[in-house]
Formats: sequence, C-alpha cells, structure tokens
Amino acid sequence: MKQIPGINQTTTTDLPVLKPMRTDVVPNSVTSTGFTRWLAELSVWHLSIITVVIFSFSTLANAANTYSTFDALDALWRWMPFLLTKGFFFNILISVLVMIIGTILGVLLGLGQISLFGWLRKFCWTITQFFRNSPWLVLLFVVMLAFPFQFTVFGFTVPVPDWLKAVIGLSLPIMANISEIVRGAVLSVPSGQWEAAESLAYTRTQTLWKIILPQSFKRMIPPWMNWYAILTMATPLVSILGVNDILKLSRDAMESEGNQPELLVPFYTFILLLFFIYCYPIAKWTQYLENKFNVRG
Amino acid sequence: MTDSTQQASSWTPDQPMVSIKEVHKSFGDLEVLKGVSMDVMKGEVICIIGPSGSGKSTLIRCINALNDIQKGSILVEGLEVNTPNLDKLELRKKVGMVFQQFNLFPHLTVLENLTIGPIRVRKLSKADAEHNARKYLERVYIPEQADKYPSQLSGGQQQRVAIARSLCMETRVMLFDEPTSALDPEMINEVLDVMVNLADTGMTMVCVTHEMGFARKVADTMVFMDQGEIVESATPEKFFTQPETERCKAFLQQILVH
Repeated sequence: MKQIPGINQTTTTDLPVLKPMRTDVVPNSVTSTGFTRWLAELSVWHLSIITVVIFSFSTLANAANTYSTFDALDALWRWMPFLLTKGFFFNILISVLVMIIGTILGVLLGLGQISLFGWLRKFCWTITQFFRNSPWLVLLFVVMLAFPFQFTVFGFTVPVPDWLKAVIGLSLPIMANISEIVRGAVLSVPSGQWEAAESLAYTRTQTLWKIILPQSFKRMIPPWMNWYAILTMATPLVSILGVNDILKLSRDAMESEGNQPELLVPFYTFILLLFFIYCYPIAKWTQYLENKFNVRG
Repeated sequence: MTDSTQQASSWTPDQPMVSIKEVHKSFGDLEVLKGVSMDVMKGEVICIIGPSGSGKSTLIRCINALNDIQKGSILVEGLEVNTPNLDKLELRKKVGMVFQQFNLFPHLTVLENLTIGPIRVRKLSKADAEHNARKYLERVYIPEQADKYPSQLSGGQQQRVAIARSLCMETRVMLFDEPTSALDPEMINEVLDVMVNLADTGMTMVCVTHEMGFARKVADTMVFMDQGEIVESATPEKFFTQPETERCKAFLQQILVH
C-alpha cells in the first residue's frame, strides 16, 4: 500500500479524535420545539394511569367523609357543559386571537430585525429581547393595570374589557418569540441564495419575498405550532386577572357546590385532560411536520 | 446615475468589455486585492488560477458588485461598478455569474429557476421565458429535466442548470467562480464540456478554475494570482510552457506534477 506522508495507517490512536462537525445547524429558535416534542412522546396510557391513581388516592383519603368522590363527580358532570362551552371555549378563543395578533406583529418585528436600516434593526431587536425575556404574568399585570378600562375617540367611548387586555398582554411575548422564529428561519437560508438572486438582478425586497421567505416558511411552521401549544397552556393565567376562563369558572362552580375538598381533584383533572386532549394532537402534528420538513437534518 | 450612463454610452466595442484598474479590496485589516488591473476584451476567455486565498474569487465577485472595493475602478462596458449610485440592475443585465455551490433555488423547479430572472428583469412573458429556458437547457444537454426540482438532480446537472440560468439572462459577460470545485470527479467533465461549448460560441468569460486541462484548452489569456496580485498574465501556451516568474513556476510545479 502506498504510504501517505504524515498519515500512519497501521496504528490507532488513544488521543481524542475530532469528529467532523455538523455545519448545517439551524439557529436555536428555529428548532426549539422542545415542549411539543416532550408532549408528543407522552402516551395516552401514561395519562390514564396518572388519572386513575389520583382518583383512587383521593377516594381512599376521604373515605370517612359524607361528601364522596361520587358526589363530586356528579357535580362535575352537571357543570361540564357550562365549563366546556363558556370556559374552555374562551381559552381557545383567547389563544387564537393572541396567536393572530402575535404572529402579525411578530412577523413584522422579525423582518425588522433583518432590515438594512441599522436603527430599525436595533429597535426591533431590543423589543424582541425585552418581551422574550419577561415573565408572562408580569406582562399581563402591567397591561391590565396600565391600560384604561375605556377610552374616548371622537366622542365615542370605547370600553376595553379585561379579556381584551389579557389578549394584548399575552400577545407581547408571543410576538417576541415569533419575531425570533422569523429572524432565525431567514438567517438559516444559505447566503448563496441571496447572492444568486442578486446576480439575477433581484432587489433585496424581491429576493426576500420570492426566494428567501418561501424557503424559510416551512422551517417556521413547527416552532410556530410549538409556541401555540405553549400559549394555550398559559391561557389560564388570565383567570388570575378575573377573566372568565375555564380555571376561573371552575373555581366559581366549586364554590357554588359548597367548596367541598373532594371537588378539587375531579375538577382540576378535568381541566388538565381538556388541555391535554387539545394540545396533544398539535404536538403530534408538529413532530410529524418537523420530521417531514427535516429541519433537524 | 447620470454619470455612469454617460460613460456607458461612450463605450465602443473595440474597448475592453471589462476594464479593471488598480483595484484594492480589504476585509477589515486583511488586504485581499492589492492593486489589481486587468482587461477583458469582447469574446475573450480568461482563466484565473492561483493558490487559495490569492483573491481570485474576490476579484470576480467585485466585477459583479457582490463585494465592494475600497479603491480603483471596474468598468463593465463603460459602466463604473465602484460608485455608490451604481445601477445594479444595469450591471446585472451585463454580467452573469455561476457559483461554486450552484445556488439554485431549491423551492423552484428547474424551469422556474431559469425563468424568474428573465420574467422580472428582462420583462419577458412567461411563454417567451420558458421557450428561452428550454433552448438553453438544450444547450447544456438536459432539456428533459425542466420540471424537476434541483434536489432531484446530480451535482453536475445542477451546475449545468445554474449555467443555463445565467445564460437565460443573456448577459454580455459570464463569471465562473470555481464551477467544478464542489463536484464529484466523474461529473466535472460534463460541466467543462458545456463551458468549452460556450467559449466556442464567442461568449466573454472570466473563469476562476483549478482545471488546468480545461484552462489550457479554452483560455485566450491565463492569469496567475498570488497574495492579492496578478503575478503573471500570458497566453496559455506560453504560460504553461515558459512561465516567467518564480511564484508561477512553483505553483505550476505543485499542481502539474503528481
């Protein structure tokens, strides 16, 4: 065999070997679908087992009490239609509105982050970082307390209901995270694409809309859905501020049932199950799309 | 703007199509072009060779205004490239470029890759643009791949599509930035064949390449660059048989003797 100078072909080495590096790593924000990934890997069996354990434990613990778990389940059964149609539906409505507003603002902010104008880029970056790194509950409080409950334009008094403020409050962090998704996805398109388009006499705007965004769109979908699932889970936060979401209405229901401690487990388990049933398919779908688009290489 | 159009109108075909004078280019502290001058006549094929980091690619990217220059002048048919109010659209109608990594648009079919430029820039109708595109696909020997996506093609085929895409713009000069360096060895020839064919039809070409056989065959002028300077420039015959400078001799020694 022909010897290549400097390369020993007969012996192996004990020294650590530098493995070839992956160069196609996509920016973190694009692939941050960790939450839905975790959720999608839960099985229905896990959940059923957890539910059964919780129920039987509470039944045993309260065996001496006159108000039984069966009474509590009966109460839950009676309240269920109300909680679903008035409570949970409202959570979904909030999540959809927040997502629409957050996506529109987030896309604008994300595009601002890749603007050629330095001042606009810095401005959008600052907004993005600020709202990405703020606790959602604090943002909610700030919006709730800082916004007027009504304002007057041209003699018309427009009320601002609490739920609308809650939507605005939740839109801010969603906006910031979507801004990062957009920025990351655009930057993950190789620079050669920009250069090739430029060589074909495309302007920057034409390149962005015709070449870059169509390619990055696919990469944005899974993380976008991931944020939707996270957001939906976070909607009960608005109950703290008096918005009639499922959590608030459940507490009201339990109160009207006499605040029996046996009510707690069935009611809260019911809420958990509702969110699970809603979010689990989203998580599965996200995972499916992510594999399909092959974002992780 | 008015300045450059005036210059453009004063250009005549007997003048160099591309005229590069005393071009300086730095990336931060790193000076990559140290006063490069070169003329490209109409129909001339120039092959630029040299060790990596010698500034070959940067030079041709500067012609296409993908990199800006700090000092000097680049005239393309009388259009000054080194000016802040450069009409880039006008420049790109004159200059086409083929990249080492092909840079085809993966979300578009081959035909769409070939037509989006002409439709937008040369204002062709879709039908005309597609007719043209098929003509040029024929010329790069892959008319049957028109409706596929780039990822379904081999590297050699992709690079030929990239050449066709540039041809569709019907530019005056074609720049090739190491067009075969990213290809598997068995695909290099199919791309070089297309380029030889192109040179034979009288296209003005500036190629950065490592393919000496190809260069020797098609080049009217060989240019050897090292450390940001043009060290030697000669006809291929003289260049490969009697190089004048030591640096050039040493480089040819390294690549030709195995």
